[in-house]
Amino acid sequence: MNELPQQLVNGLLLGSMYGLVAIGYTMVYGIVQLINFAHGEIFMLGGFGAITVYLYVLPDGTTLWVALPLMLIGGIIVAVLAAVGAERLAYRPLRTAPRLAPLITAIGLSLALQQAVWAWYPDAKESVNFPQIDGGPFEIGNVTIQTGDIFLLVAAPISMAVLAYFVMKTRTGRGMQATAQDPDTAKLMGINTDRIIVVAFALGAAFAAVGAVAYGLKYGQVQFRMGFILGLKAFTAAVLGGIGNIYGAMLGGVALGLAEALSTAYISDIPGMDQFGSQSWANVWAFALLILVLLVRPQGLLGERVADRA
Amino acid sequence: MRQRSLIAITAALAAGALTLTACGSRDEGNGGSDTSGGTKIVIGVDAPLTGDLSAMGLGIKNSADLAAKTANKEKYVEGITFEIEALDDQAQPSSGQQNAATFVANKDILGVVGPLNSGVAESMQKVFDDAKLVEVSPANTGPTLTQGPKWETEKVRPYKSYFRTATTDAIQGPFAAQYLYNKAKKTKVFVIDDKKTYGAGLAGTFTKEFEKLGGKVVGTEHIDPETKDFSAVATEVKSSGADVVYYGGEYPQAGPLTKQIKAAGAKIPVAGGDGINNPAYMDLGGDAATGDFSTSVGAPVETLDSAKEFVANYTEAGYKEPYAAYGGYSYDSAWAIIEAVKKVVEDNDGKLPDDARAKITEAMQNVSFDGVTGKVSFDEYGDTTNKQLTVYKVEGGEWKAVESGTYTG
Repeated sequence: MNELPQQLVNGLLLGSMYGLVAIGYTMVYGIVQLINFAHGEIFMLGGFGAITVYLYVLPDGTTLWVALPLMLIGGIIVAVLAAVGAERLAYRPLRTAPRLAPLITAIGLSLALQQAVWAWYPDAKESVNFPQIDGGPFEIGNVTIQTGDIFLLVAAPISMAVLAYFVMKTRTGRGMQATAQDPDTAKLMGINTDRIIVVAFALGAAFAAVGAVAYGLKYGQVQFRMGFILGLKAFTAAVLGGIGNIYGAMLGGVALGLAEALSTAYISDIPGMDQFGSQSWANVWAFALLILVLLVRPQGLLGERVADRA
Repeated sequence: MRQRSLIAITAALAAGALTLTACGSRDEGNGGSDTSGGTKIVIGVDAPLTGDLSAMGLGIKNSADLAAKTANKEKYVEGITFEIEALDDQAQPSSGQQNAATFVANKDILGVVGPLNSGVAESMQKVFDDAKLVEVSPANTGPTLTQGPKWETEKVRPYKSYFRTATTDAIQGPFAAQYLYNKAKKTKVFVIDDKKTYGAGLAGTFTKEFEKLGGKVVGTEHIDPETKDFSAVATEVKSSGADVVYYGGEYPQAGPLTKQIKAAGAKIPVAGGDGINNPAYMDLGGDAATGDFSTSVGAPVETLDSAKEFVANYTEAGYKEPYAAYGGYSYDSAWAIIEAVKKVVEDNDGKLPDDARAKITEAMQNVSFDGVTGKVSFDEYGDTTNKQLTVYKVEGGEWKAVESGTYTG
């Protein structure tokens, strides 16, 4: 049986999830040149926000069609509050400090958030089960699509469209673009850059929360540790696509997801590469792809800003 | 501004550090109860008390605690009271080694029960052996721990202070292979492991026996236990045409794995070792887990007459967590230490000798008693002489014992 179409879909789905989280990295970097390493934990908090709504707010047995939008809203609220709080408490006081300082706060914050969930969320010491959408998988030719993945398939493009509209068409969006180009001049033109930065953090967190709900539906569980690896992958996706470029984040995510799926499936078929092809090597190949792209295009696949700023 | 940023960094780092220390101290020693009179002996317990494998680890801790309390209640060793001190290894070899050093430094500790993971045990063995402190694991199944790295050809016991009440994967893997090939009539297997000491070892011994019996391995994969996305692997399983999957690893990955394999359209059972034999497997795998197999060491505790008392006492003691897959073995591990202490104390006119640790380690070799899991005694490598195993199958959302047996070559 030809498994290529299925592997492409696997990679696309995984990649869309990376992309949703990568948007947060890329926007914040584009505007304040900060790599927000706590963003993975913002993603994790989004997942826990959603599951909290399901477990502790909604009555037992609420159908998922009612619960899911509310969970999504809950997740977004928690993630946005956490991100805005982090910006206010951990990053804004350091805005004029050397660039290394906020980076270290970000790492500290990431550990603190992880441990806080671990310590205080009931039963978070193990995986917390996430509600699942009922109904069998859909078969389209050779390709099977899981019910849980449909959310991701719908949410990823919608999120991108909303984001593109926001950045291109709204006043705040144009303010973001201006701030990204030159914060000082933007300020002189009457743009409230502090507000723009908060909006960037909040938007990134909202997309991360959408990604977290997709993660919960896809894998059936959330863990306090889920943000670390996924955050790292999303950051990689953002760099791969060209950090600072929102379309690049999505493209980088998809490229990374495809690299993982295809390397797992096909590297071991190459003669002599037998032991390098298993899924435990997927990360190696994904990062090899990153290095390769950066060697040829240091600014990333779509990026233009990173070369002169970073 | 400089000043303020410095304060902010310090505050953030301090907050991070505090939460980290908080988790370190959280689960330390809430051990024995009455320490009235006599000499106090502490039995260390090392297991994952938090994290993905904590369901098994807490069962180990509680069962060892029950053994200590029972010995105190019965005044089993005249003039000695036992208590336990449990440390959390989070299933990490590095934490295990730190815990081992902590135990060695505490002179009251004369024996240690644990750990759960073979990989963790590897990092602890030498620390204990140097201090002549006896370690009895209820759950390690990696053959190298007792029989050396070349156990297949040349058995050499690396550490004299290490014992275990669980059988090894040298027996468990082939036992599973025989069941799947002979009884379940599976001929084409897809073998997956997590590349860890336990998982890779188990997958290896399984594969060897399965091929020897005439079965065919139609594919192999190694997964990364840190990720949750096994969709690419699941697709490979489906297109390989396998009629069974054998997974060497533990339930936090096996649960999602079975779910994703079934979701990919491969309606074949997943089989694994004692690492997946846990109720949490069904929580993670959902309906997809139905029909899956696992093997586990010994006979199911509930069916043994010797275990009825243990189960009743455990329930009565009111522990919050179930005794899980290794409860009986943990109780027996702790009890083996108690027996060894008893022997040493009786040989020394009712007192603990000065070199108690070395004497107890020596005495362990000849310990023999009827435990929860049957006869408990150790062979010349420190392995249990009880080689019984059981096949389980998921039915109605729980592991049901299918058949017990003893593996013979």
